[in-house]
Formats: sequence, C-alpha cells, structure tokens
Amino acid sequence: MNIENTADIRIVGIGKTFGQGENAVRAIGDATLDMQRGDFISLLGPSGCGKTTLLRIIAGLEQPSEGEVIVRNRSVWEGGKRSSEATRPVSMMFQEARLFPWFSVAENVALPLRLRGVKRVEREERAHALCETVGLKGFEKARPSALSGGMRQRASLARALITEPQVLLLDEPFGALDAMTRDTLNMELMSVCAKAQVTTILVTHSITEAAFLSDRVVVLASRPARITEVIEMPFERPRTLDLQRKPEFQDMLVRLRASLTGGH
Amino acid sequence: MGTDRFIRIALPTATVFAFLIAWTVYVHTAEVSAFILPTPMQIVSAFIGLVSDPDIWGHALVTVIEAVSGFVIAVVLGISLGMAMARVQMLEWAFKPFIVCLQLIPKIALAPLFILWFGFGLESKIVIAAALAFFPVFSNALVAFRSVEPGDRDVFTMLQANPVQRFTMLDLPTALPVVLAGMEVAVVMSMIGAIVGEFIGGNEGLGYLAVAMLQELQVPGLFAVIVLLTLIGLTLYTLIAQLRGWLTPWHASVAGKSRDG
Repeated sequence: MNIENTADIRIVGIGKTFGQGENAVRAIGDATLDMQRGDFISLLGPSGCGKTTLLRIIAGLEQPSEGEVIVRNRSVWEGGKRSSEATRPVSMMFQEARLFPWFSVAENVALPLRLRGVKRVEREERAHALCETVGLKGFEKARPSALSGGMRQRASLARALITEPQVLLLDEPFGALDAMTRDTLNMELMSVCAKAQVTTILVTHSITEAAFLSDRVVVLASRPARITEVIEMPFERPRTLDLQRKPEFQDMLVRLRASLTGGH
Repeated sequence: MGTDRFIRIALPTATVFAFLIAWTVYVHTAEVSAFILPTPMQIVSAFIGLVSDPDIWGHALVTVIEAVSGFVIAVVLGISLGMAMARVQMLEWAFKPFIVCLQLIPKIALAPLFILWFGFGLESKIVIAAALAFFPVFSNALVAFRSVEPGDRDVFTMLQANPVQRFTMLDLPTALPVVLAGMEVAVVMSMIGAIVGEFIGGNEGLGYLAVAMLQELQVPGLFAVIVLLTLIGLTLYTLIAQLRGWLTPWHASVAGKSRDG
C-alpha cells in the first residue's frame, strides 16, 4: 500500500480477544476498512457481533488485541497507549445521552470546550447557538432531568458537535427513541454531517437506518465475529424520508437482510 | 395547595400537643413524683431557668466544640480514606477488613479507655466523637467514589479531560450526595460521642451537667439539659441538611424535598 494514504480513517487488521486460554472469546477478527473524508458508514449486525467493540476500539476506549486504527495518519493506539493527539478530532455519542445532572443543558453542551480551556463567554455563545441548531432553544438553563429522551439525545448530539469534530462515532444513539423522533434526529444528523464533511461511523441493528443514512454499510456476523460484506448505498444525496418508500430502497433492504442472515 | 401546606404543619403540631397533654394527664392522675417524671410545664420552666443562666452557655459551647471538632476530623479522615480505597484496590484489600473489624467493636465501650489515654479534657471527648462519626462518612465515601458509571468515564475520556477535571467535574459531583448523606448520620453520632465522653469524666459540658443534675435529683433540670442537647443536635443536623441542598441541588433527594415543601 502507498505510504501517502489519503484515507481519513484506516482500520487495519483489527482483532480483539477477551480473556485468555480456554476462556478466550473472540469479539472481533481481522477487520479492515478505509474511509474517505465525509464518508458515512454503518456497522450493521446482530447483537453480540462485536460492532460496539469495534467502534470503541476506533474511539480509543478499548485496546485492540491486534491491528491498527489510523485517524488522519495518526495511530489511535501507540505502544499500547491511547493517543490523545489522534483522538482529538474524534467525537462520540453513546446509547444513553450521558448528560451530567449537576450541569444545565447549556453547560453540558459546552463541557467539551470547558475541558479544553475555552473562555466562558465564548463557550456560552457557541453552546447557545448550537442548542438552537439542534432544537433546544429555550431549554439552555434547564436541568437534563427536565428533558424528554429525545431532547436529551439532542443535547448529547450538540455536545458531540461543539468541538467541530472531523470524525463522529455513533453507538446506536437513537436506539431507545420512538420511530418519529428517531427519523427527525436522523435527518438532522445527516444534514449536519454533510454540511461539515464529517466522517461518520454509526453502529446500528436497524437495517432501514443503516441503508438510509450510509454511503456504505458494513455487515458483520457473529461466531466468529467478522466483517462479511461491505455494500454501497447508491442513493443520491440529499436524501429525504420519501426515499424509504422507493422500490430500489426496498430492494436494498432485502439485499442487506440476505447478507445479514447469510452470515450465519 | 394552601390547605395541603396547612395540614402538613397542623398535623405534626397536633401530634406533639396530644403527646404533651397525655403526658401531663398521666403525671397528675397517676400522681407520679416530680423526682421521677416532671410535667412538660415543669420542664419548660426549668429550661427557661437553665438558658437564662450564663454558665450554661459555657457548658453548651464545650459540648458543641467537642462534637464539631470530632465531626470535622471524622469527615476529613473518612472522605480521604474512603476516596483512596475507592481508587486503589490494593488499599481496600489491605485495610478494609481491619477497619470493618474496628467498626464492630462497640466504641461506646472504649470511651473509658479514651479518657485514660487522652485525659479528662476536651481531647478525649473529641476522639470519642470522631471515632463514632468516622464510619458512616468512610463507608459512604467508599461507595460514593466507586459509583461513577463507566459510561460517564468514557465521556470524559473522549473529551480528553485531565485528572483534575475528572475529579472536580465527574467524581466529586457523583459522590457528593452519598457522602453528604453519610455526614448527616455522622453529625448525630459525633454529638452522642461528646455527651458519652462527658458522662464518664471531666467537669465541663452538657453531658457533665446532666450527670450533676441527676446526682442532685434535679430531674426537671436534667430534662431541660436533654431539651437543650436535642436543640443543639437538631441545629447541627439541619446545617448539614442545608449544606446538602446547597451543594447538590440537582439530586433527587433534594429536588423531592423542595417539591414537597
């Protein structure tokens, strides 16, 4: 492979084994993937296929047993230690909103800037602007406990975006929400990612969500955990919810489902 | 809402008055001697006599100093040891069984020993108060600093927080509600410790005064001392409860209270 790789994220031969000897469990094996700037890919698979583990390895939250993750030509794991340089442009959203009850909504959104030493006035200004973008205007001073599930995830999204990340990692962030809220938030997510050219990896077990949002869907299988197929989603952007009713989209869902079940 | 609030105040007041009236009626009908059980009115007049004597405030101050000093020592030791053991597994393995064994000793029974070691002055009472107040703070701090969720830690890892930021913005606010609940128990324990210490030895403090009253068979005076001790205990407890509301306004225990009241 050429040294001057233009890929934004490179996942090279990632493997992860939990435990040792007879009790060893293979969580993910030999995952390799290149992503260009602004790519939106989904990791799609049944529960227990190691998709969250793979995402956590990319985020630097879990150490791989073998292989390498390279973000913008920097290795996330250098000599067995998480590189804060490599992960600085990376933001992550989790299944739960993970807002802190001792901070107001705006303070939660501004937290990443506070930790980076940005002055109060500037971070408040940016947090308020971003609250407006994600539809939380008027709730800046509220406590997170006063928000609904969907609004909490909006705040969590705003917190992930406030550092203007180049890479966004999403671990089923809208999985617990109702279908309507989920659609709305997915549309907003897509427009934000497209506008800012953010390279995005979404973990999901929803075939529709994966097909609708992604440029490519990475299908994973379990036992042994591995990537079975990478499928292009050839739909034009910008996409609207109407796309989901079109025959070619429905055909794609059938194809993805076949790939998922064929992996067993 | 207005009637709700009225009932919330009227009901407990009525209970207290019913109790006091029953008490008075019992003393009069059963003709109990005032040396055994004075009436509430006798206690009130003894209490007024007690608090108008300037010497009493010296005794009260001694007891407060002992209880508060013991409490502060217990809080500092309890939080630092609890926090250290929550962070370093080896420390917990090494010391926790030892500390739990110490806790199982009835510490009140050790009080005479503390008097022997630390003398009849304030020091021995402070040590007893601290010994009684330590464990609730320690055990709550150990649980509290360990209860930070891994998912919350992940957020701070992703945000590249340094150790100081982690402590002040994640560990400390997570732990505070539970630590403060331990402190509410501890402040009451430290009061008990100070009084027991004064029972056993020395010539100052409200605990000493209670024993002196009993020896002179001034039973209404003894009750008056108990009332004063109760009021001091209540004040200290309320201060810590206020502190909790002030430091952790987001917590359910506090939020629930403000909704009620």
